[in-house]
This record gives sequence, C-alpha cells and structure tokens, in this order.
Amino acid sequence: MSSKNKPGNDLFLYLLRLGDTSLVLSHRLAEWCGHGPILEEDIAMTNISLDLIGQARILLGYASRVEGKGRSEDDLAYLREERAFYNVLLAEQPNGDFACTMVRQLFISSYQFFLFEALQKSADETIAAFAAKSLKEVTYHLRHSSEWVLRLGDGTAESREKTVQAVNELWMYTRDLFDMDSVDRNLLTAGIAPDMNLVKEKWEQKITGVLKESTIPVPPSDAWMASGSREGKHTEHLGYLLAEMQILPRTYPGASW
Amino acid sequence: MKNTDTAGLEKEFQDRIDRGEIIEPKDWMPERYRKQLIRMMSQHAHSEVVGMLPEGNWITRAPSLRRKAVLLAKVQDEAGHGLYIYSAAETLGADRKDLLAEFLSGRAKYSSIFNYPTLTWADMGAIGWLVDGAAIINQTALAKCSYGPYARAMIRICKEENFHHKQGYEILSTLMKGSLPQRAMAQDAVNRWWWPSLMMFGPQDANSPNSEELLRWKVKKYSNDELRQRFIDRTVPQAEHIGLSFPDPLLKWNEKRRHYDFGKINWEEFFNVINGRGPCNRERMKARKKADEDGLWVRLAAEAYAAKHPNLN
Amino acid sequence: MSTTENTQWKLWEVFTQPKQGEPYEHAGSLRAPDKEIALQNARDVYARRNEAVSIWVVPSECIAATSPADSGSFFDPANDKVYRHPTFYKTPEGVKF
Repeated sequence: MSSKNKPGNDLFLYLLRLGDTSLVLSHRLAEWCGHGPILEEDIAMTNISLDLIGQARILLGYASRVEGKGRSEDDLAYLREERAFYNVLLAEQPNGDFACTMVRQLFISSYQFFLFEALQKSADETIAAFAAKSLKEVTYHLRHSSEWVLRLGDGTAESREKTVQAVNELWMYTRDLFDMDSVDRNLLTAGIAPDMNLVKEKWEQKITGVLKESTIPVPPSDAWMASGSREGKHTEHLGYLLAEMQILPRTYPGASW
Repeated sequence: MKNTDTAGLEKEFQDRIDRGEIIEPKDWMPERYRKQLIRMMSQHAHSEVVGMLPEGNWITRAPSLRRKAVLLAKVQDEAGHGLYIYSAAETLGADRKDLLAEFLSGRAKYSSIFNYPTLTWADMGAIGWLVDGAAIINQTALAKCSYGPYARAMIRICKEENFHHKQGYEILSTLMKGSLPQRAMAQDAVNRWWWPSLMMFGPQDANSPNSEELLRWKVKKYSNDELRQRFIDRTVPQAEHIGLSFPDPLLKWNEKRRHYDFGKINWEEFFNVINGRGPCNRERMKARKKADEDGLWVRLAAEAYAAKHPNLN
Repeated sequence: MSTTENTQWKLWEVFTQPKQGEPYEHAGSLRAPDKEIALQNARDVYARRNEAVSIWVVPSECIAATSPADSGSFFDPANDKVYRHPTFYKTPEGVKF
C-alpha cells in the first residue's frame, strides 16, 4: 500500500470512510421505508436516511475533488467493490428487528455526534463546514435513537429482551468505530482529524448512560471485538448490499440516469 | 315526528352544500354523508400507504445518489399523505386503529393501481408521471370538496405531490435521451402503466354507483369520465414531447370535441384487480400485515414506557 | 394477532409556528405514545419542508371546542358592536394616527 502514502490520498481515504458510513447506513434505513412499526416512525426513519444520504453526497463529492481523477460521487458510490469500501462494519449490519435498528442507530449516531463535534475544528475547512452542518442532523438522530432505546429497554418484558439481544449482537462492531491506522494518525498530526481515543471516551460515557437508564446491561469489557473496516475488510453483508445498490450503473455502463 | 326533523335537517344540509358552504366535523350531517366520507377517505389513506410499496421496491436500487434521495423523499411523502388523510377521517369519529383493521382484514379497498408490479427503474418514472399525474387531477378536484378537513388535507397533499409528478417525468425524459435499451425501458414502462392509470379515475359514470350522491354533496365535483378526459388531454402532449407513445391505436386528437379520443378500457381487469385478483394484491397485503404485526411489540413497549413515566403524558 | 389488543397510540394535535414572532397555527394531528415522541413525530411529519421554527403538541382529548349549536349565542352578538372597531370613530381631518 505504499502508493497510498501521499497526504492527498490520506484525505481521500478518510473522506471515503466517513462518506461510506453515511451511505451504507442510509441504505439500511431506507430498507425500512414502507415497513415501519407505525406511519409516524416510518417517516422518522426515512428522514434520518435522507440526512445520511445528503452527508454521503457531500463527502463523496469532496472525495472526488480531492482525488482529482474525474470520478464523480456516483462513480465512487456505484463503481467501487466491497474491498474498496471503508464504511464502519456496524453500518452494514442488517436491520434485524426495530430494536436492532435503533441500537445500531444509537451507537452510530453517538459516534458521529462526537466525531463531527471534533471535526468542526478540523484544519480542513470543507470538512469543518460539513461537520458543523451535519452535527445538527446527527444531534437529532441521537435524540431520536436514545429516546427509542429508552422506551424499548424500559418498556415491556418482550421489548427489553429484544433490546438486550440487539446490544449483545452489535457490541462487537463498536471498537471498529474508533480504530486508528496511519491515515488517522497522519491526519491527526495535520490537525484535520481528531484523536479517536478521545471520541471513544465520550462515546462510552454517553452509551453507558443511555443503556443504564434503559435498564440494559453494558456488555463486558473483554467481549470479542471485530475490526477491519479501515482496510476494507467487511462482514459478509456488505457484498449483497452493494450488489443491490449498484446493479443499474453496472448493468448499463456509462449510462445517465 | 323524528322523520320530519331529519328531513328538515337534511334539507338544510343540502342547502348549505348548494350555497357552497364547507362542512366542519361537528356540524350536523346525514349519517350517510359521514359514512361515505369515511369510506372514501380511508380508501384514499390505505392507497397512499400501499402506494409506498411498489416504489419502495426500487429505493435501494436507484441508479444515482440524487435519484435515491428524491425517491426516498417521495415515498416518505406518501406515508405523510396517508397520515394526513387518516387524521382527516378521524375528525368524523373513525379511529385509525379500526380503519387499519378493516384494511388489514381485506374488507376495505385501496386503489387498484398499486397491485401492479414495478419491474424496471423506468417504472419509477411512469408511476411519478402517470400515476401521480392522475392522482393530482383527482386530488385537485377533492381540494374543493364540501368536507373541510378532507379539502384541507388535499391542499397540503397537492402542494407536496407536484414534485412527485415532475420527478417522474424527469426520469423518463432522461431515459429517452439515453441509450437504446434505456429508451426501450421507458417505453415498456409506459406501455404497462398507461391503462391502469386511466382506470384510476374509477368506472365510467354509467357504472359508478356512488357518483350521483357524491356529486350532489359536492364531495366529488367532477365525474370520473370528466377527470379521465382531463388527464388524457394533459398527458398526451407531454408524451409526444419526449418521444413516448401510448399503447392505444385509437388515441387521437378530435378537433370537433377539442379532446383526445381513446380506446376502450378493460373494465374486467379493473374489477378483477379491485377485488383481489391482480398481480400483486397478495404481496401488498402481506407486506402491510407484516409491518403491523412486527410493529405491535414496539407500539406496546412505547405505551408501557409512557405508563411508567406519567410526566411524559 | 387480535385487533382488540392492537394500538396506534393516542391522538395529538400539532401546532406550528411558521416564523418567529408569528402566531401558532394548527398543522394537523398525529399518533404518539407520549409528548417527547409526539414532538419528534410532529417535527418529522409537519416540519420536514421547513414549515416551522417551533412546535406545540397537545393531546386531542384535552382540547375543548364550541359546537355548531353554540354558534348563535357565542358569535352573533359580536356582530353589532361596531364601536369595537377603529373605523367607528370620526377624527378631525389632517390628524394622523
């Protein structure tokens, strides 16, 4: 990977990581559209999905300019393969039931909240502006998902059981959110990206608080943790998601839509 | 004694309607007016909600990020429209829960158009342009109907729906500027959606059992055939503009009538699909039932939580 | 699943303020289990096109309303009180108000 060591390439990869996370999570939430537990919640999840797709467009659009090879935001979204996607593993996990979707949302919205909060001070002005705008959206996503995890955790015996299970199933993907490799470290030195250890501390505090209030036990600290998104090593779910998402541009190369 | 009272009230009610007054929820109204409105509005609301499914089918496969955002926002609007109309129906003393139970048990109907499958991306264009185009014509008429809450819901919906119609046309016109397979995809979608769109205006006036009464009450302001003609007259030039045609050899401008003539609609198909014998009736109902059943524990959990936290009520 | 134990939550009325300083308007109604979710749902249902800067939600059952039978006694008596309106009064020409 020595060809990837130029500073522009670090920024490009970093933007893909952020952008792919928003894109893939948006896709998952969009799968709920028409199938939500009540009309009002259907509309709410779609709103979050729309915010995320907006974020993805800004980030992939910027990535395309940083790369400077004439690949558009759509080329980046539709013509990369699994191993060239860098979204966090948690984002690609299937929706499962509503508890699973809300716990995943709580984990990621909380991660995005503290990350974007820090990125507002990024030395890269485009990233800083993006973070300031998106932080407002994510603040709402975090409120929405926290309130739901509270209700599901402290609702009925059935909802509590489903929520405990969702937390236990998704917990193993939470360390991957904060892994740092040379890209993160180089951008940290350049003042562009934050120290993910600090983001992680705030995240843990927030999540511990919400889970406690929801009467949901926090999984043990020695639980096994998955990782790999920084290198484009995903779970098996991403391939199917991309196959579905990318089918038209891949079937009709070069077509306009 | 009671009979003459009711007769008097009914006459007064009809006079109000004839004067163009708007009826509000708590006003006196004939029981049949209330029932007919609840029937119409709940069918309309169910249609919006079922209408999310055929297009929802393509959200995850939309071919660009822009298209994906637009389609998602559009299907979301349909959920909103269902919600507005359920709310309007609730002002007449109906409960959304009961209306949904009627629908999920198969007793209540919804628009037959949503029982056709969406087979290609071009169907998103055809639905936006033709199905929403037809819906707008119906709903613009309903925005002037005699029942206030329904009319107000329609005004809001029409405002929102205009973008639906335009995005559909944009999808098709982009495809028509594209490669040969893209143009064929567009024409094929239009071929499949044209006739079902015409059926959306309901049976011909001669076979529309509720029409006369609804017209007298100004719930409907125009007959099914009038609105259908209006749609055809508006749509044919739009098709020609981007090089699309409709699968009707009899479709032709009639200079004398100042309208387009068109061929015979297959009403047998219409009544079949309305009565459950269409390509996707089962899937659509199954999907809505599943959403309701899978969502029940969520709705109950939220209520249980609210019961534990009285400060939230 | 029997329909008797089904629920669609309770009904709320939503009032939105379109711009700061303007009065709140009735936007519509929706279903929610409690006021926090009612506010969130109101935001997603009635303010997703930038229609509001502030939202009130009220359980529908808490709203009292006049009935059409009241309309004569409630509203007609206000018809003949022209002196409540500024146009009732004559002022010398040339004075500005």
